[in-house]
Amino acid sequence: MSGPSMYVPTSAFGKWFESRLPIVGLIHSSFVVFPNPRNLNYLWTFGGILAFMLVAQILTGVVLAMHYTPHADLAFSSVESIMRDVNYGWMIRYLHANGASMFFIAVYIHMFRSFYYGSYKAPREILWILGVLIFLLMMATAFMGYVLPWGQMSFWGATVITNLFSAIPMFGETIVTFLWGGYSVGNPTLNRFFSLHYLFPFMIAGVVALHIWALHVPGSNNPAGIEKKSDKDTLPFHPYFTVKDAFALACFLIVYVWFAFYIPNFLGHADNYIEANPAVTPAHIVPEWYFLPFYAILRAVPDKLLGVVAMFGSIAILVFLPWLDTSRVRSGRYRPVFQVFFWLFALSCVLLGWLGAKPPEGGYVIASRICTTYYFAYFIIILPLLGLFETPKALPASIADSVLGKSGTAFAMPLRAAHEPNRKA
Amino acid sequence: MKFISSLSTRLAIASLATVIITGAAFAAGTAATPPRNDWSFSGPFGKYDETQLQRGFKVFQEVCSGCHSMNKLAFRNLSQEGGPRFTNEQVNALAATFMVKDGPNENGDYFERAARPADLWPAPYPNKQASQAANGGAYPPDFSVIAKARTYERGFPNFVFDIFTQFQEQGVDYISALLNGYAEAPAGFNVPDGKYYNVYMPGNVIAMSPPIQDGQVSYEQGADGQPQAPETAVQYAKDVSAFLMWVAEPHLEQRKEIAFKTLVFLLVFAGLLYFTNKKIWSNVQGHA
Repeated sequence: MSGPSMYVPTSAFGKWFESRLPIVGLIHSSFVVFPNPRNLNYLWTFGGILAFMLVAQILTGVVLAMHYTPHADLAFSSVESIMRDVNYGWMIRYLHANGASMFFIAVYIHMFRSFYYGSYKAPREILWILGVLIFLLMMATAFMGYVLPWGQMSFWGATVITNLFSAIPMFGETIVTFLWGGYSVGNPTLNRFFSLHYLFPFMIAGVVALHIWALHVPGSNNPAGIEKKSDKDTLPFHPYFTVKDAFALACFLIVYVWFAFYIPNFLGHADNYIEANPAVTPAHIVPEWYFLPFYAILRAVPDKLLGVVAMFGSIAILVFLPWLDTSRVRSGRYRPVFQVFFWLFALSCVLLGWLGAKPPEGGYVIASRICTTYYFAYFIIILPLLGLFETPKALPASIADSVLGKSGTAFAMPLRAAHEPNRKA
Repeated sequence: MKFISSLSTRLAIASLATVIITGAAFAAGTAATPPRNDWSFSGPFGKYDETQLQRGFKVFQEVCSGCHSMNKLAFRNLSQEGGPRFTNEQVNALAATFMVKDGPNENGDYFERAARPADLWPAPYPNKQASQAANGGAYPPDFSVIAKARTYERGFPNFVFDIFTQFQEQGVDYISALLNGYAEAPAGFNVPDGKYYNVYMPGNVIAMSPPIQDGQVSYEQGADGQPQAPETAVQYAKDVSAFLMWVAEPHLEQRKEIAFKTLVFLLVFAGLLYFTNKKIWSNVQGHA
């Protein structure tokens, strides 16, 4: 997606077309001959998996929208008729609902890979910030999507989350009224959420295009965290990474199918099979699992406004991560002290997820506060200081060296000979 | 109007505060955990037991449907695949015993006519208010998806194991336990007038009176002249719970069949991709 294409069309029509719109060359240079670091591990397959999930969500979502009725009196019923009377409607809906969860599983793995291998560091800051933007859009889309079935958890989740904005001084109430389209969550809220839920995925697709563009300027980071120096360090995207990504995707789909077809309601809430009722508050109002860590942060802070600030701050801080991490070494593989703090960070995120589903009382609150403190300390204190004081391990001279040194095989065959036949430059 | 709007805003804020401050303070802590049952429809190859669904339907029709609606069930569903599989004749005859309101006709009049298989199961009350008025203020919930709308907390680590064991039957276990979960309230527990103590109900207070007793519904006789299943309250509860599960998830059998086929396909496909990938990378130095 960057630099001039090496693609040379063979047919007359191909030449004619390419000279007018060089899109085949763009695809060829981006996804066929694009040089990828040869040492990428399976954590690098999640970008492709995420692209697949975005397409899957849009396709199932468009079909659902053909049968869904965005009206407070009819939405719940229309979802149930999709489940009963639309041919394979249950399949489309369960794929879409569980697809959201799979999307988040993949994005969290993708993000933690970046955390560990320092993928956000220069020269990939813009790539990273675009990723944070995608994550924000995903959260908004998922939140609004969960409101659409108009069950009890839809309604009360929408009430709780939109009410967070009332904490904003001066304009809070106005903003909330504006979000609701009235003085409580109701039909206008449902209508605008449906509209935006349909719009946002296409905005995500747009930012994803920028994300891939920004990725293809420096190319992928890699487990060694060092830049590619020569052709020895890279392999063409096709067939090495297309097939590897396809294998990873097939494995991922097994998990997806297991959830969507065998335990489709495992990740949902039973309460959402009760139609929305503004007069009855459910005993537990719990967001979807992928929001739980942020929900725990919100509730860990005793003050409402500060809680909201902490919750949004926990995402906003990611934008500054490239500059908060002062280490000159990119990959966590060569940072022994960082590894300890990183795994503690991962643990605190998982714990926050568990605490978000627990009632905010007693030991749970204390645990939430400890984890929240660590979450912010990791970004604001640990990462900046660690880069200054940590002594990293010696880096390999090149990506090729890191691969060959690790496997222990000697240079029995010239590297170029190994992959030269697959190069069709 | 101004008053109402500000009231609703205040209500919303109050509920928000409740959520944030107390959260799930009144969790179902006092309710007992329902025992697990052996359901024919559990697990990767689960299928509904047709005769059980037919018995469950009979219990629903003769006992539950007096108060509870089932708005999403059409008569035709009772003969569809993966369900109780009543014959079309049985469904036609059953529908014909109900009168439904239709219209307007060409004269602009509404009229009553016998129900057809395409009609939905008629509700026992014309509206929610009527159902509340007839039931001491409590609203008998609709049964269309109730088997999926009820659950109990599994807790850690059980919820992790549930992913692998595919345990999805909390709702039916809960319902079948609840129907026989009535007991004397323990000393000091105050049960309001007109309410009942139930071991499995969250909060232990339920508005529904004990709904069913031994021998209340007579089951079809088998070849040996005995009823198909014991005519006991425990068996009734299981059968009607299974029926409610089917109503909530009428395409469960198809779903599990497709799941298995898809998984077999994906496993083979992933296997082929694995070896393809291995072959492609085999001539690259340093990669096995």
